[in-house]
Formats: sequence, structure tokens, C-alpha cells
Amino acid sequence: MTALTMPARPEQDASLRPLPWRRMAWVTWRQHRAALGGVAVFLGAFAVYLWLTGIQIHHSYATACHPASSLACAINFTGRYGITAIFVSIFLQAVPALIGAFTGAPVLARELETGTFRYAWTQGIGRWRWTLGKLVPLTIAVAAAAGAFSVLFSWYNQPFFAAGYVIPFSTRVFDLHGVAFAAWTLAAFAIGALAGMLIRRVVPAIAATLAVYAGLALATGLWLREHYVTPLVTSNPNLPGSAWIISQWYAKGGTFAFPARGSQIINALSRLCPGTSNVSSAQCLSRHGYTQWTSYQPGSRFWPFQWIEGGWLLALSVLLIAVTVWLVRRRAA
Amino acid sequence: MTMNIIETNGLSKRYGSTWALRECSLAIPAGHVAALVGPNGAGKTTLLNLAVGLAEPTAGGVFVLGGRPAGSPAALDGIAFVAQDTPVYKNLPAADMLHLTRNLNRRFDQEYAETRLAELGIPLKRRAGKLSGGQQAQLALTLALARRPRLLALDEPVAMLDPIARHDFMATVLTAAADDGVSVLLSSHVLAELERVADYLILLSRGRVQVAGEVDGLLASHRMLTGPTTEADKYSERPVVHVQRGEAQTHLLVRATADDPVPPGFQAHPVGLEELALAYLREPGAAALPGPARGRALPFETGEPSEVAR
Repeated sequence: MTALTMPARPEQDASLRPLPWRRMAWVTWRQHRAALGGVAVFLGAFAVYLWLTGIQIHHSYATACHPASSLACAINFTGRYGITAIFVSIFLQAVPALIGAFTGAPVLARELETGTFRYAWTQGIGRWRWTLGKLVPLTIAVAAAAGAFSVLFSWYNQPFFAAGYVIPFSTRVFDLHGVAFAAWTLAAFAIGALAGMLIRRVVPAIAATLAVYAGLALATGLWLREHYVTPLVTSNPNLPGSAWIISQWYAKGGTFAFPARGSQIINALSRLCPGTSNVSSAQCLSRHGYTQWTSYQPGSRFWPFQWIEGGWLLALSVLLIAVTVWLVRRRAA
Repeated sequence: MTMNIIETNGLSKRYGSTWALRECSLAIPAGHVAALVGPNGAGKTTLLNLAVGLAEPTAGGVFVLGGRPAGSPAALDGIAFVAQDTPVYKNLPAADMLHLTRNLNRRFDQEYAETRLAELGIPLKRRAGKLSGGQQAQLALTLALARRPRLLALDEPVAMLDPIARHDFMATVLTAAADDGVSVLLSSHVLAELERVADYLILLSRGRVQVAGEVDGLLASHRMLTGPTTEADKYSERPVVHVQRGEAQTHLLVRATADDPVPPGFQAHPVGLEELALAYLREPGAAALPGPARGRALPFETGEPSEVAR
């Protein structure tokens, strides 16, 4: 320090209280209301469709499915609406990714791409408060919208559960229910925000968000989710319909013999019961001392699994947003 | 005694393996319109980014507004920065840009901003992206000045503007400096512009500070000597910054005052800012810096001038 430097006057700095968050809330709303409006219109239009078809579905279930196992139910209810429901659920799988990519990725990427971050990050509010003031309200907004939407979808899909057409644990619908849909939307937004900060360009950041989200969602649905809680194992062949079967195999004398599908069981059948077509494979195998075992997740674990999935996705999102804010603070032009 | 609006100590910034700024030590007193001059890649933008807190130093320190760390809340509060290409949100109307800036700062002079935009003929309802380049620059400058900053930092503010827009822009800057006592630090490679606006010069070359000082002092301490080429090599009374050799006549830019004796056969002329800046830019080895005790009138350090034959 040179002789010319005067120490910063403390009374002047003491008056520098942080700007109130509501001011930042106005900024966030003004700059992202178009994106939030887009999400609202998109989900709103889809909600109207779900509501209208949902009324028909509920009506059809109420009239045709007494009992749910009846042929009338299969023809007039699941036969008529089942395919539609499958398409709806497959389309909905992409919705969190789309919301996250198109609202989350541009928040920072657009500023960095157009150079406006040089304006935004040199204002009196300071850049980390600016970043937090944008990301937190936006994540809450998109997660809340997704949460409300998934309540509607749960109502829409309820008759298909009741009819046993699809189980709640099905990979196709599990993450569209309960807290999972909102949590996945939250995670997609957080992935988008971080991708935007790292890639610094809107379109590549959107593409990266979609790719990362798809990888994470597939990995979770195909491998991760079944390990949340150790599966139950039973030799009882009459499992409840809501059970999520993880794997099945045959054992003899308490030791594993072969899995219940694939080439090994076919080889075993042709060796044990050659040329007999009048006994079922189960009868054949049990006659020779083989027992079928099943590992499964009972339907009663649906909500614990929802909370586990929601919990780790929330933790992941908080972590990603924290990393994003940290990067904004640290990394600079 | 005035405070230093910007002060750096051994400030260095490296991007990858390239040093954008090396061992930069500066102290710019408040109340000046300081021009940051240098060729492309000299480190002008890097120095500005460090001063406004957009970049973090690799080594050394940068303090603003009398000892506040750059980028700290107190520093951000008192500095308004208009970046290169004057970024504004193109989809927002001018009125919303005002509202945005007001919400992002503790102080915002709405009346000043609206009056200025009215004077400039910029409609409040027009989207920033629909404004001309000059109007966008004026909008960005108005937003910065309405924050009532103590330091206005401008990065190549007029590079993209036509002559009229450039003139109007600089007139606004000078009015703010004169009327409100705003200190200004602006980078530019439009040398001709500086003569009119700057009263403090910082010349950067290859990431190092080559010249720093008040313009009046720099001009008073340099002379252009013109004399026969045959005699030019014998001149050794005062340090030579730059030699422009001709067939018969040679121009020597020397560090000398009006009181210094002129060698026989030579004529001495005062130099202009552009001339001075060009001479130093052509001689990256030469330097004119205040001594270690910055601000005191010590003899200038000298560098070894190299000759440029013409």
C-alpha cells in the first residue's frame, strides 16, 4: 500500500446492507417470465388434454371394470385407452428434461454467450447473490409446476393401476408419480444451469442437458432404482400383482441352478422332460426337485422408494446449484 | 491528498499459459479521465476486468475507490462498468433496462436516466435490440451513470461507433466527469480521441505498464528534437525514447523539458499525446513510470531505447 491510499471508511461500508431479495425476484421474474410462461402454457395445454381424456378413462373404468379382471374391462377399458396411456407416459418421461434444458440451461449460458454477464455481474448486488436470486426461485417454480402436474397425472393413471394394466413400480410410470416427477424436473433444471455455466453457449448447453438427463434417467430406471432397498426373496409362486419382480431363478437343494429365462432353462427342460408337451415347464421342474425363487420389491414400498428417489435427486440438485454458484463466484471472464 | 481510484500491486493475470498482465503496479489518483492505451492484446481489457471484479488476479492485488478490494460489495457499489460492445438485454425495452438496473443497485437516479434518454431521443418503450449501435451504447452509459458511481470504467466504448455517436458518447462521459466528479478509466485504441478527453495516460504493452502519468506532466517532460541525421547519433544529453530517422532529418523523441538545452543544429517542439503514445508504442522497451513512491515527483525510470530505422 502506498502513502496515497486511504483506508476504506467504515461508516460508509457499514451502510452497505445487502439488497433485499425481492428486488432480485423482480429481476428474475422480468427476465424469465417468458420461459416460465412457456412452461405454464406447455404443461397447461397438456393438463387440459389429460383432464379431458382422464374423465373418459375414469368413466370407462367405472362402467366396464366390474371386476377389473373381466373381459369387458380388457376390451372396453384397457383395450381402448391402454395404448394412449402408454404414449402419454412415454412422452411425459421427456418433460422434465425439456423443462430443465429450456429453462435451466439458458439462465447463465445466455448471459455468457451474449456478454451481458459483464453488465449483470458488475452491478451493486454482486454476482453470487444475482446467481442465487435467479436459480433458487426458478427451480422452485419449475418443480412446483411439475409437482402439480404429476398430481393430475396420478389421477389420470389411477384406473390403469386399479385394472392391473400397469404397476406403480413400472419403469414407465414410477418417476411420473408422487414426488419423483417434481424431483426429476428439479434435477434437470440444476443440470441445465450447471451445463450453461460450463459450456457458456445456449444451444450446446441444452443439448448437453438433454443427454446427461437421459443418461441419468435411464441408469436410474434400469439399474439403480431396484437397489434402493434390498429386495424380498420368496419361493411362493403367487406374488401380489403390485410386486415389482427383480429376478427369478431355479434352485435345487438350496443352491442356485439356473435363471428362470434364457437358454439354460430351455436346455434343462429338454434334458429333464424330453418330448413331453403335456406338462408345463413349471410342473416338469418341480417334479425334478427344482424350486422357483423370486426376488421382488413389494408394492407397499412404493412411497419409501418415492422418498428415496426424491431425496437423492433433491440432494443432487442442491449440490449442482451450489457448484454452479461457486463457479460463478470463482470463474470469471 | 486524494485517494487512488485504482491501485495495483504486482498485479498479474494468466490465461492458460499466456500472461495477459504481468507485474502491473499502478496508482491512478481520483478525479481523472484516465486513458488505458495499448495495442490489441496488451492487457487493457484484462486490467479493466480485474478492476471491476470480473476476473481474479493470478498474483498481486487490485484495490479500488481508496483501498477496497476489487469485486467486494463496496467496490461493486461504487463502480459502474460499460463493457466492450456495450451489452444490454436486447429483448428488454429501455424502460425495463432502467428498472432492472435500479433493482440491482442501492442507488439509481431514475430522473437523471429518463431525462438523458429523452434528450438522446431514445424511446423508453423501444426494445434495446431495436436501438442503433450508438443508442445502445448511450443506453448502457446512461444506466452506468444513473448508478451515480465514483468510478466509471469503460472498455473500448467507442470502437464500434460512427464519428457522431462517438463524439456524443464521449461528451456524456466528459460531462459526468466535469459536473459530478466521476473518475473515469477508459480503454481505447483510438488515439486521436484521447487528446481531447484524457488527462491521465496509462500505456500498456505486452501485459506490462509502459507509461503512466498525468498527461500534462508527460507532455511537459517530453520534447521532439528535429535535426540533421548525421548529428542524431551523437545526442546523449537526455534519454531518447524513439528515433525516427530520415535521409537528412531525424526526429528524436526525448525525455526533456522546455528548459533543457537544445543541441546545436536541432529544433525542439512540444509533443502531442498521440505522438507521445505512438512513440512509446513503437518502443516497447522504453518506459516512463513514476518511481516506487508513486505520486511524488521523482525522476522517471528509463528504458533502453532501440532505434527504428525508416
